[in-house]
Amino acid sequence: MQTTLVQEEVDSRPVTVPGFSRPLRSHEMVINMGPQHPSTHGVLRLELIVDGEIVVDAIPHIGYLHRCFEKHAEYMTNYQQVIPYCDRMDYVAAMNAEFGYVVACEKLLKIKVPDRVEYIRVIMAEFQRIASHLIAIGTYGMDIGAFTPFLFCMRDREAILDIYEQTCGARLLYNYMWIGGLSHDVPADFSEKVKRFCKMFRGTINELNDLLSYNKIFVERTANVGVLPGDVAINCGASGPVLRGSGVKFDVRKNDPYSVYDKLDFEIPVGKGLKGVVGDCWDRYMVRVHEMEQSLNIIEQAVDTLPPGDVQSAIPKRIRPDASEVYVRTETPKGEIGYYVVADGTASPYRVKVRPPCFVNLSVLPAMVRGSMIADVVAVLGSIDIVLGEVDR
Amino acid sequence: MIPQEICDALKAKFPDVIKETKIEGVFDPYVKVAPEKVKDIAQFLRDDDTLAFDSLMCLSGIDYTGGKFGVVYHLHSIKWNHKITLKVEATLENMHCQSVESIWKTANWHEREAFDMYGIIFDGHTDLRRILMPYDWEGHPLRKDYKVPEYYNGMKVPY
Repeated sequence: MQTTLVQEEVDSRPVTVPGFSRPLRSHEMVINMGPQHPSTHGVLRLELIVDGEIVVDAIPHIGYLHRCFEKHAEYMTNYQQVIPYCDRMDYVAAMNAEFGYVVACEKLLKIKVPDRVEYIRVIMAEFQRIASHLIAIGTYGMDIGAFTPFLFCMRDREAILDIYEQTCGARLLYNYMWIGGLSHDVPADFSEKVKRFCKMFRGTINELNDLLSYNKIFVERTANVGVLPGDVAINCGASGPVLRGSGVKFDVRKNDPYSVYDKLDFEIPVGKGLKGVVGDCWDRYMVRVHEMEQSLNIIEQAVDTLPPGDVQSAIPKRIRPDASEVYVRTETPKGEIGYYVVADGTASPYRVKVRPPCFVNLSVLPAMVRGSMIADVVAVLGSIDIVLGEVDR
Repeated sequence: MIPQEICDALKAKFPDVIKETKIEGVFDPYVKVAPEKVKDIAQFLRDDDTLAFDSLMCLSGIDYTGGKFGVVYHLHSIKWNHKITLKVEATLENMHCQSVESIWKTANWHEREAFDMYGIIFDGHTDLRRILMPYDWEGHPLRKDYKVPEYYNGMKVPY
């Protein structure tokens, strides 16, 4: 009896270890994960404090990919020059990032964009959502140990990139959406290609469900893991599939509509806890799969109603907004991206603050992994779907 | 609630703390408040049933030049779907502002970022460290008068 008391006394005395964020108790150990760990999808360093196999705490260290986006934006000589930098934040969903910025600038300038431009933007943004979710799902499968779905996902993403390439010449970083318009109109056989893709892709989703979503091994690794309750998700500012996976029906496209999303008919999928509890990794994963189906619906509707017109008619000759400020948020595949743009009456922005979805979603990670196994950290991290280019900007 | 009603509710509850409100002629109606009362106001905004600002969309630091700084809080209520913006001013002599981390967890990393980039000190923050810049970096890069250092740990910085 006495020995256990002494042991507990020793255990409870924290020891400060140089170079690590918090003092350790004698039964705790620090495992350094990253910045070169393959499952961190880039350069993220996690300091895991573990007690045996159980994670006691996780401390993310970010900033390895910091490229001073906000400083660059202030140094640009005009507003359009910021758009390519937006592309490079979330480099697998560049269209959505520039979408938010151009919407913010147009609001500052009080420009009304032609309907054709809006519809093409929506089509491109939804294609990008599918492409980004394909990467998220494919690499998530790979993190868990399923290699084949990744190849299927990359194959279909290629078809989307081909459509982009034919439209604007770029495959990854487009600079396609301009303030007031687009850099190119869509090619002549665009709607035909889009429809062919939509038809083909519905089959792929079924295939993906058979291969991965309902696969027993995959479900066991993801269901009941990394549970995030809805109220915590809201308080932590989580957005996108992370928020909706927790059962909160909130989507900026529906609840705070921008562009022409209010004219389109689509559903917001939410996590229902089919395989475990609401808000686990499987729910977040499944929200992405359902979102791809909804994106297909949106694309098909938008292509059918694509009005004729000139895509560059509303581009202003001189972009010099009055001294004012605006906060605009749009929905990217990762969640809600916010641009706080302050204009001071000159030709370049005074301040551009970005609220990147991945940055906020990553800050929820410690709350999700506390008390889980080390191997589950990989599963949780993959289910948040972070892109470090956007976390660090 | 429309922005006018939100402002009125705030004015009724905190008559001395509200410095300025602006609703007309701006894209996002805002309320300017004293930095040492932000937490109380945030608590009221979140917990009052008719306001219910349950999410902090964005927290930004800003340098207004001439030694004046600011913190801007963009708030949204998922329950009622209304928005308001809070603004706080800080000066170079007094770079302190209350932390709202205990009210909205989102603020944790956003406040760290504002501290990192502008040097605004959030009183009551549990873990106010640099976040994007290296921990041993000197200076606050997003300040308008910031000069890029010539060397960082023996490495040449400007290229």
